Parts: sequence; C-alpha cells; structure tokens
Amino acid sequence: MEWRDTGILLSTRRHGETSAILEVFTESHGRHAGVLRGATSRKMAPLLQPGAELDVAWRARLEDHIGTYNVELKRSRAAQAMADRVTLAGLNALVAILGFTLPEREAHPDLYTRTTTLLELLRAPDLWPLAYLRWEMALLDEMGFGLDLTTCAATGRANDLSYVSPRTGRAVSRAGAGDWAPRLLPLPPVMLGAGEGGDAEVLEALGTTGHFLSSHLAASLGDKPVPPARALFLDRLARRARAGN
Amino acid sequence: MADRSEIDALIDLMAKLPGLGPRSARRAVLHLIRKRGLLLQPLADSMAEVARTARECLNCGNVGTSDICAICADDRRATGLLCVVEDVADLWAMERSGVFKGRYHVLGGTLSALDAVGPEDLRIPKLLDRVAGEEITEVILALNATIDGQTTAHYIVDQLEGRVEITSLAQGVPIGGELDYLDDGTITAALNARKRM
Repeated sequence: MEWRDTGILLSTRRHGETSAILEVFTESHGRHAGVLRGATSRKMAPLLQPGAELDVAWRARLEDHIGTYNVELKRSRAAQAMADRVTLAGLNALVAILGFTLPEREAHPDLYTRTTTLLELLRAPDLWPLAYLRWEMALLDEMGFGLDLTTCAATGRANDLSYVSPRTGRAVSRAGAGDWAPRLLPLPPVMLGAGEGGDAEVLEALGTTGHFLSSHLAASLGDKPVPPARALFLDRLARRARAGN
Repeated sequence: MADRSEIDALIDLMAKLPGLGPRSARRAVLHLIRKRGLLLQPLADSMAEVARTARECLNCGNVGTSDICAICADDRRATGLLCVVEDVADLWAMERSGVFKGRYHVLGGTLSALDAVGPEDLRIPKLLDRVAGEEITEVILALNATIDGQTTAHYIVDQLEGRVEITSLAQGVPIGGELDYLDDGTITAALNARKRM
C-alpha cells in the first residue's frame, strides 16, 4: 500500500528514541497516522510543528497497518501563529478539535480546504476569530450537526432570527421564542453573516457553537470532553475583548 | 530471570540509555570490563554516589546534590534576573554560554493540551511564588521556539503581566546560519524581530 498526499500536521507523539507517530489531516485520506523515522533529529523536529502543511508519502504492507511516512515541509505556520497570543491559542484549538472530531481515514476534502484557508489567515490576527467561528460552523455541518439558520423553527419566517434551539440547532425568531427565550441559545448577527464580527460578538457565537460541540458532537463520540485548548482560546479571546473595550 | 548473568543484566540496563541499543550496550559493557580498574570501578562508585545524593533543587528545579543548588546558593547571582527554562538540559545549555549571571527556574516541561499537561503539572505555581517573594526585576522566558513552548510562554506572561518586566529570547537566524538553508518560519520570525543597525 502506498499513496502520496498533502496534509496538515495535527500532532506528533514520540515513538521510541528517534521516531514519532504523526497524525496528519490529509486532503484525500482524512485524518491518518503513520510512523516517521528520524522525527526527533535536529533537522526534522523543528519542521514538525502543529499546523504545518506537509507533503506526505505513506507506505505499509497492509492497509490496516499504521505504516510509515516520508514527509517534506511545504509550509510552516508556527512563526505566524506564535506572533500573537490569540492566534497561537486558536491554532492549538484548531488542531486539537480536528484530532478530536475527525474519524480516522475518512476524507473530508471540503473541510480540508476550509482548514487551509483558515490557516492562511493566521497572518491576520484581527480577522482570525471570526474566520475560526465560520470554520467551526462548517465543522459541525461536516460532522452532521450543522445549524439551520435559514428560517425560524416556530414561525417559518426568515427575519428577526435571534436564538438557536439547543436541541435541534434551528434558528428561532424573537416572536417565535416567546417565553422560551431564556432557554434558547443566542444567535448573534455574526452567525448570519451580518454584524461587525467584533471579538465580543464572536465569543458569544462560539458559546453557541460550543454547546453543539460538547452536547451533540462530543456526545456522539462517547461523551469525551471537548479538548481544553478550545477553552483556552476562548479565554484569550475574552481577554483581548476586555482589553479592547 | 534467575539464570541470567549479572553481565547480561548490566547490558540490558545499559541498552535502556539514550543513544544506546543492545549492540552498542554490549560493546560498552565489554569495554568497561576490559578497563575494570580504570573505568568500571570509578564509574560504579560515581553512579552510586550520584544515586545517593542527586536531587532537585527545592527553589529552582535544577539538578544538584543538595536541597538548594549551587546557582541558587550563589550570592553573586542575586541580580534580580530570573531565566525560565523548560528543563535542566536547557539550563545547562545557558550555563555553557557563560553569559547569563542571574538565576534560573526550571519548569519541567511545557503546557500541552494534547498530553493533558496543565500549569499545576509544571513548576509554574512555584515560579509565581518566587516572583512574589524574591526581589526579581526581570523574568527572561528562554523557552523553545515551538508551539508548545510559546503557548507556555504566553500563559506565563498572562500570569505575570504588570508584576514584573518580562522578556524573551530573540528568534531568528542562528550564528553561522545561511538564509538559503533556513525554513520559511525562521525567516518570518527573523524578519519580524529585525533590528536597526
């Protein structure tokens, strides 16, 4: 078995003295692990930072073997991410969420494209949280827990949408919510492609998507807790939002 | 196993050391046996002594043979500078340069979401105590230029911001490095940290 692909490095785990097990989100083969020999060498180790875009060649005797990787760095993202606290925490959240949610060896080409686009934006720390929100909504959609924000679940109308049902993920208008409003999740305009997309608004929106990540998606994965890297990213974003006010 | 000789047991132990495998461990043990008086016995004595006395410094986490290491106990180093490093190997690397005359704090690793390493698993609470309790004017973050290293650095900055001056090591072109051979991430970091000449 042998293939070649491009991918985003999600994690490296040391394996023996000089090797590591790489987990790569590849374009055509999804989240795929493999052993990289010599990964701890002085030449290779600096290149294997999470978020790096790699050209990978995988080889194994049988398809269900873990196999070995040969990798070549196409693009490093570490320096861009490390320049800013929020984007660094965001990159940690991104790779942790991908490792947490993606099934092994199942291609998600659309999500891959969106992920590379999001990584491209690491050089724009001001825009990044909004781009991350859009990416997280796309991730939920890709995993089968997408939000339906087109019309109100109660009235069928497309205007005055203000809430999201925590159970169905459908939008609810202010009129349709009535007395149920306190039990619904907020739907900030930024989730509908409107609004200014400031940090505070994005934070509120990430609270809503976070509900579906933890209560729906994580529950479907055996009730594993959402990686703490996401909470750290939200904490950093909240600090920046407070500092900006 | 009861029927294994002591030499085999020694080879097995040596093979567990970094950089050694079973074959090189056998060669090393054979060499030690041949130089029994010159190498094996002094090595055994030295290892027994280190095993008896080696401990972590209660203050900084450095490895020494007393509760407070030689660096922490040295009055000439009380300069108000505190250099934070990831592990003891990094401290030794800084000491080899001979440039830094302050004191150190060894974290014992980096924060890692993947491996569930949190601040309490490192010596970060002790660092905060030291900054509060000692007359420290500047904390120098000498952490690795990796995602985990810089995540840890930013966490420490969050905790110490406003209490003390915080600096970090520069990132960029190494001495003797040629631009043509540098990865784009290093060039980006070097360009971001350019200085006026």
